Amino acid sequence: MVMTSKQPPAPDLVRGSSELRYRWTKTKIFRRTCRTVSYVLVVIVGYLLWGVLRDGWSWISWDFVSQYASRLPERSGIKAAILGSIWVISITILFAIPVGVGAGTYIEELMPEGKLKSFIAVNIQNLAGVPSIVYGILGLALFVRALGFGNSVLSGGLTLGTLILPIIIIVTRESLRNVPVHIRQAALALGATQWQTVKYHILPTSFSGILTGVILAVSRAMGETAPLILVGAVAYIRYTPESPMDSYTTMPIQIYNWVGKPKEDFHDLAAAGIIVLLTLMLLFNVVAIVLRHKKQKTYI
Amino acid sequence: MIGMSRDFSLTRSCDPSYRWARHEQKLVKLVLWLCALFSVGVTFGIVFILVQESRPFFSEVGLKNFLFGLHWAPLFEPREFGVLPILWGTLLVSLGASVISVPIGLGIAIFLSEFAWSSTRSFFKPVIELLAGIPSVVFGYFALITITPALRMIIPSTEVFNALSAAIVVGIMTIPMISSLSDDALRSVPRSLREAGYAMGATPFEVTLQVVLPAAISGVIASIILAFSRAIGETMAVTLAAGATPKLTMNFLESIQTMTSYIVQVSMGDTPHGSIEYHSLFAVAIILFVITLSFNIMAEWILKKTRITYG
Repeated sequence: MVMTSKQPPAPDLVRGSSELRYRWTKTKIFRRTCRTVSYVLVVIVGYLLWGVLRDGWSWISWDFVSQYASRLPERSGIKAAILGSIWVISITILFAIPVGVGAGTYIEELMPEGKLKSFIAVNIQNLAGVPSIVYGILGLALFVRALGFGNSVLSGGLTLGTLILPIIIIVTRESLRNVPVHIRQAALALGATQWQTVKYHILPTSFSGILTGVILAVSRAMGETAPLILVGAVAYIRYTPESPMDSYTTMPIQIYNWVGKPKEDFHDLAAAGIIVLLTLMLLFNVVAIVLRHKKQKTYI
Repeated sequence: MIGMSRDFSLTRSCDPSYRWARHEQKLVKLVLWLCALFSVGVTFGIVFILVQESRPFFSEVGLKNFLFGLHWAPLFEPREFGVLPILWGTLLVSLGASVISVPIGLGIAIFLSEFAWSSTRSFFKPVIELLAGIPSVVFGYFALITITPALRMIIPSTEVFNALSAAIVVGIMTIPMISSLSDDALRSVPRSLREAGYAMGATPFEVTLQVVLPAAISGVIASIILAFSRAIGETMAVTLAAGATPKLTMNFLESIQTMTSYIVQVSMGDTPHGSIEYHSLFAVAIILFVITLSFNIMAEWILKKTRITYG
């Protein structure tokens, strides 16, 4: 069945026959190529990250974390960007987690099966594939202009929230789907309403799964740059936001700004900023991994 | 399951606690329905805003000039709005990226699913996840600070901003997408097919290429399409590495401009609301949205139509 396309080779099963040796040589070369390619990627990733550490490490200090950006590289810090990121992400979390988990729960648990449900599922799948910059355009027209929030933390947070909404809905649905059917059946059999079943049994059971996905989505939002450029994150500010209507900068924006400058010292500052950003994102991911391994209440 | 049991408890609603539970359920359903409605509304919101805000642009420039014009010069007089140069820039970078990401991504997927020990797998999986989690602005840094100088050392005629560096870095970015999705597809090919191949006397190379890969081909192709679509929408790395010179060129060593980096360029400047540049953002975004959406739908369609079930 395999080699129907070609004339099957003459059956020659003698070990060491030249034809068999040739075929095994091909296997060896193929296997070695695949393995080499895989390790080469690891080396490249390692090299790129090592370059960041090499350039940025010496700039990491308490001053770097506690000072505002400056014209002079040696007096520049990332304080405004860190606090700006925290502000924006807080808005994102407050908006996207309730709406996303709510929508995911509704679609997976409470919605009747049918054409509408599969339409919505496809729709959300497609939304997850829309480039992030298009969400920036949406944010610009909707939050900045139409709703009049201007270039504020609120616009940025809502834009990023809209961006990660489909991801949160998808992970919520997947986690809910993994809850065994008999839990549902038991609760319903005892006379619980659908919502009571969801509230007391299904959501608690799938809690850690949802949380893992949500943390990964939020960490993605933290690294986003393009949408925030569109909704007007400012590159150079020397104060921290005090309210959701203030202007702001975030870590990725600050890094983008530094990378784009011609002076070399700013590139090293960018590397230092990347170290801070990646460390924070790594922490998020570690939390997610720990949660994933600390399995939820298992009913089997 | 749920539909079947829907109102059993609620028909006996003389008990006040039942009645409260029913009201609570109605209220919660309404709230959650609104959440779902909002999420679906985002799609229509995007479409509506793109069409609405680009109308002034199209009425001034004209659809034909926009789609088939060979010059893109939106910021200087005489202004010209032919989208082909920046569309070409996007395709150039994405195609270049595929040349890198498809062989490496597939190589990794085949290595992990067919040849690697499970301990090797558990080393590679986190590395790939790490790569997938790195923000795109960081890849921009890699491109500009690490890769471009290296290229200029090897090929001195390389410009500071060039398409090659952007293509390399976008290729690296999209490797995790191809390797993870293809790995899943290859691993879902049942063991019995491989064993049948070995029983016929095929070598692992022959089994992989002639049995496993054809059986998983829909998943593999879908992963490549999704990675391509991701490369088209990629913004920060391309903006930093490829420059801002819209031109129709085949030369990877020159500076170019993509659709996404045009959008960033305009929004970094002080573009007055209501000007033609402002509206041109939405016109470019329509093309971006339509292309990525059709690629995503194509990938889903391939996955659905060609799914073979091995029973």
